[in-house]
Amino acid sequence: MTALLTVEGLTKAYPGVVANDDVSFAIAPGEVHALLGENGAGKSTLVKMIYGLVRPDAGRMRLRDTPYTPSEPRAARASGVAMVFQHFSLFDALDVAENIALGMENPPPQRQLARRIREVSEAYGLPLDPDRLVGELSAGERQRVEIIRCLLQDPKLLIMDEPTSVLTPQEVQILFETLRKLAAEGTAILYISHKLEEIRALCDNATILRLGKVVATCDPREKSAAELAEMMVGTKLTPPERESAAPGEVVLDVSGLSMKSANPFGTTLKNVHFRVRAGEVLGIGGVAGNGQDELLAALSGESRVEPDAIRLKGADVGQLGPNARRRLGLLCAPEERLGHAAAPDMSLTENAILTGVIREDLAARGFLRWGAAQGFARRIVERFDVRTPGVGHAARSLSGGNLQKFVIGREVLQRPEVLVVNQPTWGVDASAAAAIRQALLDLASTGTAVICISQDLDELMEISDQFAALNEGRLSAPRPARGLSIEEIGLMMGGAHDMEVADAV
Amino acid sequence: MIRLEKRPEPSRFWTAVTPVLAVLTTMIAGGVLFAMLGKDPLESIRTIFWDPLFNAQFADFARPQLLVKAGPLILIALGLSLGFRAGIWNIGAEGQYIAGAICGAGVALAFYPLDSWIVFPLMVLAGALGGWAWGMIPALLKIRFGTNEILVSLMLVYVAEQFLASMSLGLLRNPEGHGFPGSRNLQEYPAAANTEIIAGTGMHWGVMTAFLAVIAAYVLLNRHILGFHIRLAGQSPRAARFAGVSPPLLVAFCLGTSGALAGLAGLFEVAGPAGQISIDFNVGYGFTAIIVAFLGRLHPVGILLAGLLMALTYIGGELAQFMLGLPAAAIQAFQGMLLFFLLGFDVFSNYRVRRVTSEVA
Repeated sequence: MTALLTVEGLTKAYPGVVANDDVSFAIAPGEVHALLGENGAGKSTLVKMIYGLVRPDAGRMRLRDTPYTPSEPRAARASGVAMVFQHFSLFDALDVAENIALGMENPPPQRQLARRIREVSEAYGLPLDPDRLVGELSAGERQRVEIIRCLLQDPKLLIMDEPTSVLTPQEVQILFETLRKLAAEGTAILYISHKLEEIRALCDNATILRLGKVVATCDPREKSAAELAEMMVGTKLTPPERESAAPGEVVLDVSGLSMKSANPFGTTLKNVHFRVRAGEVLGIGGVAGNGQDELLAALSGESRVEPDAIRLKGADVGQLGPNARRRLGLLCAPEERLGHAAAPDMSLTENAILTGVIREDLAARGFLRWGAAQGFARRIVERFDVRTPGVGHAARSLSGGNLQKFVIGREVLQRPEVLVVNQPTWGVDASAAAAIRQALLDLASTGTAVICISQDLDELMEISDQFAALNEGRLSAPRPARGLSIEEIGLMMGGAHDMEVADAV
Repeated sequence: MIRLEKRPEPSRFWTAVTPVLAVLTTMIAGGVLFAMLGKDPLESIRTIFWDPLFNAQFADFARPQLLVKAGPLILIALGLSLGFRAGIWNIGAEGQYIAGAICGAGVALAFYPLDSWIVFPLMVLAGALGGWAWGMIPALLKIRFGTNEILVSLMLVYVAEQFLASMSLGLLRNPEGHGFPGSRNLQEYPAAANTEIIAGTGMHWGVMTAFLAVIAAYVLLNRHILGFHIRLAGQSPRAARFAGVSPPLLVAFCLGTSGALAGLAGLFEVAGPAGQISIDFNVGYGFTAIIVAFLGRLHPVGILLAGLLMALTYIGGELAQFMLGLPAAAIQAFQGMLLFFLLGFDVFSNYRVRRVTSEVA
């Protein structure tokens, strides 16, 4: 079979970094081709060039044996290339059909479009009601809107960017059925991910990128996940170790925690219960947008709740603000590094003061002790191997992984009684992620209760003693993490959220 | 093709150099403007920047004026800069300035003709309180109802102006003034007069207060946790809440403090250079101070220098109108250029220019 799309020697450099260096690969009609690589390996830049969002510095592409130089996404779509982005571009206040019409060049009349949506969605096992408001849809259903928007254009090549990060395991299965069906009809699929098991389950071929270069091409079904990981990362990764210690007293007791989100499109927390013991790691999974941010805000004190909804070592703390909770030993590291956990334009020293001022005694009667603050920042940088020329540099000048090590290190070094982290390794390279997980486990072994909120199930299985999942603001009852099957986890996360596979027509 | 590219962190070099560059470019562009008006550009620039300070004929009068004009500008701009740094936009300093002047003068006139040392300190207190109270109106409305402090504080300027007119025609009118609007002249009431500390320099108590406020603001912003929280709230509001900053308290502090400082400026003006409450007492210091705050890049020492520079262009501008017949509008355009070039060059502290070679399609 001749190739549908060939990419030869694509190169794209940004100031200070070569995002893609001489990248070549080919994809045939009906092939499911994986682009595998860590964050920052250059996967996004590569597909953006194919989709016409970014122009390459050098190299060429051929589509069906004719030169292919999309100047904008519209040109790419006209050539039969479609893309489903990781982040959806949908309007909450419009219904499904209206959202789809907005993304089309010449939308047909609404009634006709609604019929087409129904036909296509049922043909591919993605039932979707065109009249529903997008604001009421779950993340999985929103993704269906995006996919159907692409399918209506009858694409020859469908690019999927990290499609499973918003799905439960059951929803992933439904999506894979659809993708296999599309491939069987001859549509080529370029599947971007760093999740190895998915790629082994779905893809025919894999191109592995590391630091912008193609380091290997292989048939992922013939390789083990460990082999793929090694090719992707470049070194052998040692899974984190922990000294097992018997869990101690209950340190944090959350009971009947209900809270309306401050954000109008946020999730309301509904009657959340859990307990964490000293030295224990509680992993909280769930698809994004099911109350993770709200739970962190309730625990950090940014949102106040009923006093007895949160009890720290027997004392009511629900009504206290962030600093009062820090004084008692309840520390947090939010998901968003720039702008929430850290101030982008402030120096690392200033960012060390941001949460450290109380427990590290960085102010005397309100006057800052800059020397002590600098010392604290330096200790974080040294202990957590943060790569920076100095603590006087702005937080935004650090790479994601280094800043995340700084943010986690800042809390760990304050010897918390309870540490809550949200997405601790999101967008972080593998070695930094491993270091962060190890730091969390080390902290737990010194008797701190750790709560790790994450959407990365592999991460949670690796470090958690107990596992619970957030689904629409409700938390499932925590269960011992060891021995949980992927199906059980998926059901705790809400299963397929009542999205059934349509009967094959 | 030329492209701007964001720097990983602000350039210290450009941050220091931009004000100087902006002043130089303003001189050049202003010179061109004056030349087009048929005036000698070099002479015009010299008249504005040099003559007020060093020309023997004018310096005796102009040099003290420099401090007299710069004092209130610096005092008001310092207060505004605290709020601007925190993302709280007090545009109504002119109103707080009037409120401070009315309250301070009201205290003085209530004691008239008592000759006691206590009168002046009480006036200072009343001036600060008056400005504070006027500034707290937008603060409380913002905290309680989420109103926009820009609109409310600005509208309150016009309320204050009406209030000022009513006071000069009614309650505070000089009973011995033959029916003319305006209060007694406080300069003629020794216990209440804001006199020069060193005669002939223009250095009155308000200028002194402005200098002290520069030091206090510097310490607050660089050494105190409250100043740290102010900067944090302006840069990343979400990180500030995470750091335990209470937004309502910050709004109250910033609007209250800038109001109090503007009120002080008004009090020192009414008790000193202006002398009396009158319908046209306010001359726009509260609005010009906004420019001064930004010209000084919201930094206390920068504001000190910017206030002096701004005062210089006012005095020099008047001199140029008088000596060379330059139109007032040309002087205003000249002052506008200064802010324009400063903000323009400011881009370089956060961005660098890159030449882009043609892209491969």
